Formats: sequence, C-alpha cells, structure tokens
Amino acid sequence: MSAISREDVAHLARLAHIEMSDAELDKMTGELGVIVDAIASVSEAAGADVPATSHPIPLANVFREDVVGETLTVEQVLQNAPDSEDSRFKVPAILDEE
Amino acid sequence: MTEIIKLSAVELAQKLRAGEVTSVQAVQAHLDRIAAVDGGERGVHAFLHVNAEEALAVAAEVDAIRAAGGAGAEALHPLAGVPIAIKDLIVTVGQPTTAGSKMLEGWMSPYDATVISKIRAAKLPMLGKTNLDEFAMGSSTEHSAYGPTRNPWDLDRIPGGSGGGSAAAVAAFEAPLALGTDTGGSIRQPGAVTGTVGVKPTYGGVSRYGAIAMASSLDQIGPVSRTVLDSAYLHELIGGHDPRDSTSLNEPVPSLVDAARQGLSGDLTGVRVGVIAELQGDGYEAGVQARFNESLEVLRAAGAEIVEVHCPNFKYALGAYYLIMPSEVSSNLAKFDGVRYGKRVIPADGPVTIERVMGATRAAGFGDEVKRRIILGTYALSAGYYDAYYGSAQKVRTLVQRDFDAAFEKADVLVSPTAPTVAFGLGSKTGDPLAMYLNDVATIPANLAGVPGISVPGGLSEGLPVGIQFLAPAREDARLYRVGAALESLLEKGWGGPLISQAPDLASAEKEGVA
Repeated sequence: MSAISREDVAHLARLAHIEMSDAELDKMTGELGVIVDAIASVSEAAGADVPATSHPIPLANVFREDVVGETLTVEQVLQNAPDSEDSRFKVPAILDEE
Repeated sequence: MTEIIKLSAVELAQKLRAGEVTSVQAVQAHLDRIAAVDGGERGVHAFLHVNAEEALAVAAEVDAIRAAGGAGAEALHPLAGVPIAIKDLIVTVGQPTTAGSKMLEGWMSPYDATVISKIRAAKLPMLGKTNLDEFAMGSSTEHSAYGPTRNPWDLDRIPGGSGGGSAAAVAAFEAPLALGTDTGGSIRQPGAVTGTVGVKPTYGGVSRYGAIAMASSLDQIGPVSRTVLDSAYLHELIGGHDPRDSTSLNEPVPSLVDAARQGLSGDLTGVRVGVIAELQGDGYEAGVQARFNESLEVLRAAGAEIVEVHCPNFKYALGAYYLIMPSEVSSNLAKFDGVRYGKRVIPADGPVTIERVMGATRAAGFGDEVKRRIILGTYALSAGYYDAYYGSAQKVRTLVQRDFDAAFEKADVLVSPTAPTVAFGLGSKTGDPLAMYLNDVATIPANLAGVPGISVPGGLSEGLPVGIQFLAPAREDARLYRVGAALESLLEKGWGGPLISQAPDLASAEKEGVA
C-alpha cells in the first residue's frame, strides 16, 4: 500500500469540499500517513472467503405504510437557513460565471 | 437532610414520591451546583447550555401532579421529576444543539429526538446540554469547539470522550442522570475515567432518531449515571422500538431494573465470566491491571466462574474501526454544506459560487479532528482503495463478530478494563491523533459487533478512577446490569461507600483556586 501523498490529500480535500491552506495540507499529509500505516494491516487480516458485515444486527425490508407522516412547516424548515427567499433556500451561483 | 445532589436518581425519586423533597427543590439544587462548579477558568465546563427555565417549569408540573394525588400522581413515571443532562449531539426543541461544532452554533432543532420525546413524556426536567468532542469525534472532549471539559477528580485531566460532558456532569453532582452516545466507547470510556457508570445498549436497542449521526452502523444512545441501578431505570425509559429509526429492534425492552436488583444481592453463583486475553497486559497501565485483577477476585468470591477466552481478531478491530467509522463520517457529514442550515461562509475573494461557499464553510466550520476523519474516510472509500480498506474492514467486522460468538459459548459475559489508562493530562495527546485513538482499543470491538457493554467503577490508581467493562451477547443487556450491579455492590462494601464519594470536593477546590 503506497503512502498517502500531499497531492492525494489535496485531491481528497477537493472531493470533500474542504478548503485547505498549504500548511494544513502539509500537516494533514503527515498525520494521515501515520494513521494509514497503523491501520494498513487490516487489508491482510481477512481472506477472500470471509463475508463482509455492513451492519452489526442485520434487519431486512423495514417498511412503513405509504401514508403521510409527520412533516415540518415551511417556517420550521427555513428557520435555520443561512438565506432564504419565497419559501426556498437561497444559495449563491451554482455555476461559475465566466 | 442528605444533600440532594449527592442522592442517586433512584434515591431522589423515592424522596420525591415520599414528599420529602420537591422536584423544584431538586432541580434548583442541581442548577445551584452547576452555577458553583461548572463555570469560570477552572470550572468543570460540563455544560454548553443550561436550560433552567424549562427544567423548573417541568419540575413544578410534576410537583403539582403529585400534590393533587389520585390517578395522575399514580401514573407518573418512577423517574418523574428527577433531572437529567443531555449530550449536545441529541436534538432538542427549545434548546440549541451544537454537536460541539462551530458548524451548528446557534442551530435550533425543529424536532425532538425520540429519546427526548420519551424524557418529556416521563417528565424528567432537562438541565441542559453537555459538552462533547466535535460531532462526537474524540476520546477527551478536547476536540469540542467550545473548549474542553475538566475531570472532576483532577481539573487538569481529561474527562474522557466524546461524552466527557455527560460523565463529568454526573461525577461532579451537577446531574444524577445523563444521556450519552457511544460509537467506539464515548459513553463507557468517559464513565471509566470519571468513576461513573455508562452503558452502550445493544445496537438498535435505543432509537437513534435525532442523534446527529457520526457513523450510523456503530452509533448508539445510552444511559450515564453514578449507579448501575440508575442506568437500568433510564435505559428502560429510553429503550424500545421506534418506527422512525429503521435500525431499531422491533422487540420489547428487557427487564433491566430487575436484573440490576438481582445483581445487588451480590450473588453470581453459576455465572460464567470470560476474561478476554487480548484486552489486558501490554499497553494497560499497571494500576489499571491491578484493579482489574482485584475485580476478578471479587467476582470469583461472589460465585462466578472465571474463564479465559481468546478473541484473536480483536487486534484488527481498532484498524477496522478507523476505516469504517471515517467512511461513514465522510458521508454523514456531507450534509453540512452551508445551504439549508448551520454556518455559511462566503469566500473572502474570487468568484462566489456555491462550490466555493461549501469549501469555505466546511473549512471554517469543522475542527481538525473532523477534517482528518472526513479526509481519511474519503480516502478509504475512493476508487482503487475501496476493496483494500473499506471492504477489508467490513470483513474484519465479521471476524470480530465470530470471536464474540465463540467467546459467548464459553462465557455468559466478558470482562476487560474499559480503558488502558486512567485519565491523562489535558493537552498531553492532542498533538498525536494515533495515541488518542488507542484509548478506545477495549471499547471498539463491541461497537463493531453491535453487542452491549457497561463500564462500572473498579477503584482508583494513583487517585484516579479505573473502569471495569462487561460485554454481553446482543439483546442480553440484562446480564450487564446483573453482573455490573453485583460488582458495584461488592466493591462498595470494601470501599465503605460509592467510589465517587472519594472524589475531591469541587466547591472547596474552586474557592482555593480563586484565593
């Protein structure tokens, strides 16, 4: 397993939508390298015949009746919004305007 | 009159029923205690928000119902009028919920968590919201964006985490009961280092609806208290099926209070207790190991059969946890993007697009540990690494479950130290994330397998509390309460009272600090 590079971290930060300064990228790269080294042995622990477990206590097909349940009012939904207009969330431009 | 704040929840409930104390008096006594020890430079800082007005109003309502007598008073829940503190990861109408993060500063939930609805229905006055590592990520409460909580046993040490606020509040007599959440040990490890009791129920045993999700396949809400019996009462109150949590077990809550009362007799004849060979020795402090060994002797003397069990795959549990948990974190925390609620930061320069707003918002709103875990999770889930990391970790999860299955064929409950060390100094591990992660080495396997666990006080090492952890098969939470209560009552006979009564007197320590 290759160690995690600074370029990897910069790419991951972009994917995760977290802006990072150069200093933060340096620090994060070092810390993640140590952590990834420490947990890398996990990849050799289990053979191909071991099934994966996603949930500790598996439940299947949890359904409810197809009826309207509790809902929030528009006021409740928007009470914490950073910005809103006409009963909608308001955000800055979605696309770059060149 | 015995000081109200020193009473256990069950003792206080008895006095409320007998009319010796009113709920308003009980709530006021705890609010006074919070005012005396929580604030200031050297305060415990267990609370992020104090909910005095509502708590007193609920208390007055309980007192009025009781005074009126009749069917209304009869119908009151056994814990009605007993105040409780809530970990600030659990959403509450009328009180802010921050998750210990700047991202949610000032956020007011438009709905209650299911456990909060149950607490309201049973009329437990809510004293306020307790401090935690940001989004419950940490083992020391030092990752809170609002400053660390201090350990009431030594104000220069950590109270554990992530639920250090709830544990410290209970240890400092600021509340008899609290709610916590446990993803890798966040209820049990703070219980251990503060000399209190904390329980992680079976996965699905308590609804998580309204607990801000960190890692959904691991998170579990549970009780925090000073006695095993108190936790049993609270667990029965908050447990049970909830259609709003699709991972909630559709089964009745087991009788936990009865199990705790049975345990208090101190008789464990015929109970097989499995000592997990892999969770002791190397890496565990000598003082922790000594208290652990003494507890085994106490259990043996009570009639328990002590057997050794091996869980060879537990050595991979920490690594698997630090792949699965961050993976789920990276997904669960994607919703904090500055669009619908929470912080929004506009970039200082350049074009203002939503993409750049998200990047700036998450850069400013999240602390270092949260960013580390999001990036680590994004890495573990990314193309080319998914099979090697996330996929392998899920297989390890299966191996850990098999270890538990084999161990529970030989033993009714398993036992280990809850944490490898006593409370360490504030700031001593914040620069070394990996060292911090190792605090949870003994508590993580239970979360991976979904089995329940309890931490009970096991004595002191160098004047600081040591926790003893019991684990039981899924759905067998009652066994924890029986064995936990038995160990508690037998150890207290030796100590001449609860361990917590040996904690330093904070009120006087505070005065000395000021002088």
